[in-house]
Amino acid sequence: MTEEILEILQRDARLAPGEIASMLGRKPEEVRREIRRLEREGVILKYKAVVNREPLGGAARGVRALIEVKTAPQKDVGFDRVAERIYLFPEVKSCVLLSGGYDLLLTVEGSDIQGIADFVAQKLAPMEHVRGTVTHFLLKKYKEDGDILVRGKGKDRRLAVTP
Amino acid sequence: MRIPIAKRVQQIPPSGIRLFFDLVIGMDDVISLGVGEPDFDTPWHIRETGIFSLEQGLTSYTSNKGLRELRAAISDFLKNRRGLRYDPDEEILVTVGVSEAVDVAMRAILDGGERFLVPQPCFVSYAPMATLAGGEPVCIPLPASSGFRLTPALLRGAVARRARGIIINYPSNPTGVSYRARELGALAAVIRRTDLAVLSDEIYDELTYDFDHVPFPALPGMRERTVYLNGFSKAYAMTGWRIGYAAGPRHLIDAMTKIHQYTIMCAPTTGQVAACEALRSGGKDVREMKREYARRREYVHGRLVRMGLDCARPDGAFYIFPCIRSSGLDSMGFSRRLLEEEKVAVVPGTAFGEVGEGFVRISYASSHENLKEALDRIERFLRRARAAPARH
Repeated sequence: MTEEILEILQRDARLAPGEIASMLGRKPEEVRREIRRLEREGVILKYKAVVNREPLGGAARGVRALIEVKTAPQKDVGFDRVAERIYLFPEVKSCVLLSGGYDLLLTVEGSDIQGIADFVAQKLAPMEHVRGTVTHFLLKKYKEDGDILVRGKGKDRRLAVTP
Repeated sequence: MRIPIAKRVQQIPPSGIRLFFDLVIGMDDVISLGVGEPDFDTPWHIRETGIFSLEQGLTSYTSNKGLRELRAAISDFLKNRRGLRYDPDEEILVTVGVSEAVDVAMRAILDGGERFLVPQPCFVSYAPMATLAGGEPVCIPLPASSGFRLTPALLRGAVARRARGIIINYPSNPTGVSYRARELGALAAVIRRTDLAVLSDEIYDELTYDFDHVPFPALPGMRERTVYLNGFSKAYAMTGWRIGYAAGPRHLIDAMTKIHQYTIMCAPTTGQVAACEALRSGGKDVREMKREYARRREYVHGRLVRMGLDCARPDGAFYIFPCIRSSGLDSMGFSRRLLEEEKVAVVPGTAFGEVGEGFVRISYASSHENLKEALDRIERFLRRARAAPARH
């Protein structure tokens, strides 16, 4: 049941426990209890909207960049200390440690290109243990977290009534 | 001059679905629960394989029986997943959907005037295809009191009528009824004492929710007299590709191939290539879609029951067949008024045989969002109809 609840909520977080219960043939109380447990144990962190700012146009769209960061790991704490110093900036929307040619990959959000350039030049690059950065500005988002963003809601192309 | 139409064609009544389709087509914003096909698109890796084959120029005919690679894949699938052994060269024919397979099978075994048993309610095409093949379809009405299930007693009553063959379909369109091994064994025991040919349409077999599907030819003594029919439309959401297949004893497949080669030549090549990919790596897609249908089944069944509509919990497919008599309306009246007043399309049970009177078919091949909204509307409609009954 746990896996099914997670899958259903990841697709539509607004479904009420009672409704999920009726999809799984369970009692609403059972599902409510399981969701509470998952929340308590930090499996479900929060419920957010998936937003596509593209149709808003202009400044409201904002600017995003992926930034590769090369760091010098520190004794005993490895990458964790330097990662923490970076991800605590609110401009950093995501921060992951990767294998390969660089260490951290950040998603950084700003209201315009200048804002992100300033963040890199003034905050990120000069930081101790940061060896170098490469900034890629996002031009267009096609798909995020399993959701395709570039076309409207899929229209039902089936005939209205078929045998 | 006006060319006269053959009597055989004239005697076929117009499809009940068609009548209803014409009503729906003129309306906007209808939520349709009348659709007999998956709401999912064909999984991308399957579509992509089809596209790639077109880029490679695979646009010519295949052999009459279908691509050797596809027949081999079907043969392996039937052996590994269904416990059936069919020779890919002699005993499998790839067809234009199961519909064509039913047609050529009937034409291969009917000469003219023989009776052919059609348990109803059933898929709309079976009886007309028997007529077109020159046979005389004989309906076995499956009573609502038996849950629209074919029972050995009903079957014994029907075989007394000396028919040439019978068509069965499980899980069933439109009722969602399917059968467990024990029930199938009892049916096979009746058939074993007859000369009936069996066409077994198992197109919904992957969508069996509560028990393992048992294919009809796997039952003792049934392989030699059964044409097993299946395809890719429902399990892999590939309705528009039109790929089905028949598996059966060699002499029957030979006869069917003879008809197929003169009328169809071969099933569409692109669809056959895509079907190979579906069998190769579509298992995960099937499981995911099935899980989704299973959830919708629970949801829709639960809500219909709470509305006070009698309906069995379907064993399979993506249909549910509630009794709507408590509304005070007949099938057509219910469907028509629900469409006009609440813009929800369902199919009157009578489209699947007279015995479907008092019932409607609801397809849950629709998003949860749509199902919820449609069921809210049906609930509202029922309250109104029950408050002011008898306005036929």
